[in-house]
Amino acid sequence: MAFVDDSKDYIATAGGARVEDYVALLKPRVMSLVVFTAIIGLLLAPGGVNPVIGVIAILCIAIGAGGSGALNMWYDADIDRIMSRTANRPIPSGRVTPGEALAVGLICSGFSVAILGLATNWVAAALLAFTIFFYAVIYTMWLKRSTPQNIVIGGAAGAFPPMIGWAAVTGDITLPSVILFLIIFLWTPPHFWALALYKQGDYQAAGIPMLPNVAGEAATKNQILLYSVILVLSTFVPLFIHMSGWLYGVIAVLTGASFLYLAARLHRASAHLQMKQAARSLFTYSLSYLFVIFLALMTDHVGQLLGWVR
Amino acid sequence: MSAPLVPHNDEELRRRRRRNNIALGLVLGALVILFYLLTVVKMGPAIFTTRDL
Repeated sequence: MAFVDDSKDYIATAGGARVEDYVALLKPRVMSLVVFTAIIGLLLAPGGVNPVIGVIAILCIAIGAGGSGALNMWYDADIDRIMSRTANRPIPSGRVTPGEALAVGLICSGFSVAILGLATNWVAAALLAFTIFFYAVIYTMWLKRSTPQNIVIGGAAGAFPPMIGWAAVTGDITLPSVILFLIIFLWTPPHFWALALYKQGDYQAAGIPMLPNVAGEAATKNQILLYSVILVLSTFVPLFIHMSGWLYGVIAVLTGASFLYLAARLHRASAHLQMKQAARSLFTYSLSYLFVIFLALMTDHVGQLLGWVR
Repeated sequence: MSAPLVPHNDEELRRRRRRNNIALGLVLGALVILFYLLTVVKMGPAIFTTRDL
């Protein structure tokens, strides 16, 4: 149905959106990955935490991520309207007003940081506040529209959650939590550039300087391969600092080899259709790859606690 | 700033606002429970201690 101003069936009214529309502002799918990595960070941290505090901490990290998602949608409504992937988001589709999105974003961000600080400690709260600031201001308002390296630096925002989960338990930032950060940080460029390769037209139309539009396909494929190699190497670091044992090692080697194979296949693909297919499979695989790597870290950790894995 | 386009139907609008209000009420109720649990956990066994001063 076309939403036009002279339509008799529809009028513009604030507060008329459905609950689902407000929930969509919080980017639930992004939130699920944030929750997952934050839980792993929280569980891997030495010491342990009261289960109630743990659940509250994860809830705060999730709501904080949701708040930054709403701020991102508030600011990006103009470009979201142009891209097919985002045109149906609550603001561009006209279901939620920008003002409502801004309010939801600010309230979720403020409450999540304050409650996380009260429930756990202010190091974790400061990290969460910084993450929200980094995603909403540094990435969304500044980098995204100005540099093709946008997602390399902006990826840091998505990499913080396990560090926040860890800090919620220990109250500090230590090497193992930095490694969790590093794995997601290095995973972000190949993941999003693979997406950008098969959604090039969209980003071009919206005027976002993604690497394939600015530097070309060949350069993007080189960068993807380079980052994939560094990413897979970084997943071996937990073995060297004795954070994880052989079980994690075996999984990291096997899944890492598949990642490199897909990145290399994309690198070799020259025909347009073949390249798009290869980019799509790398993008899809990269999602489950991150999930499996973090799950392996967790399984290995539990195995060590129970004395099954050395 | 564009306002959202919602059905020009008072009944539908009322229904949506009612649902939103219920959702908001549930969120506030959840916050109350959250703060209650947080207080109990933070205070620990001391919550049962009474001191005459």
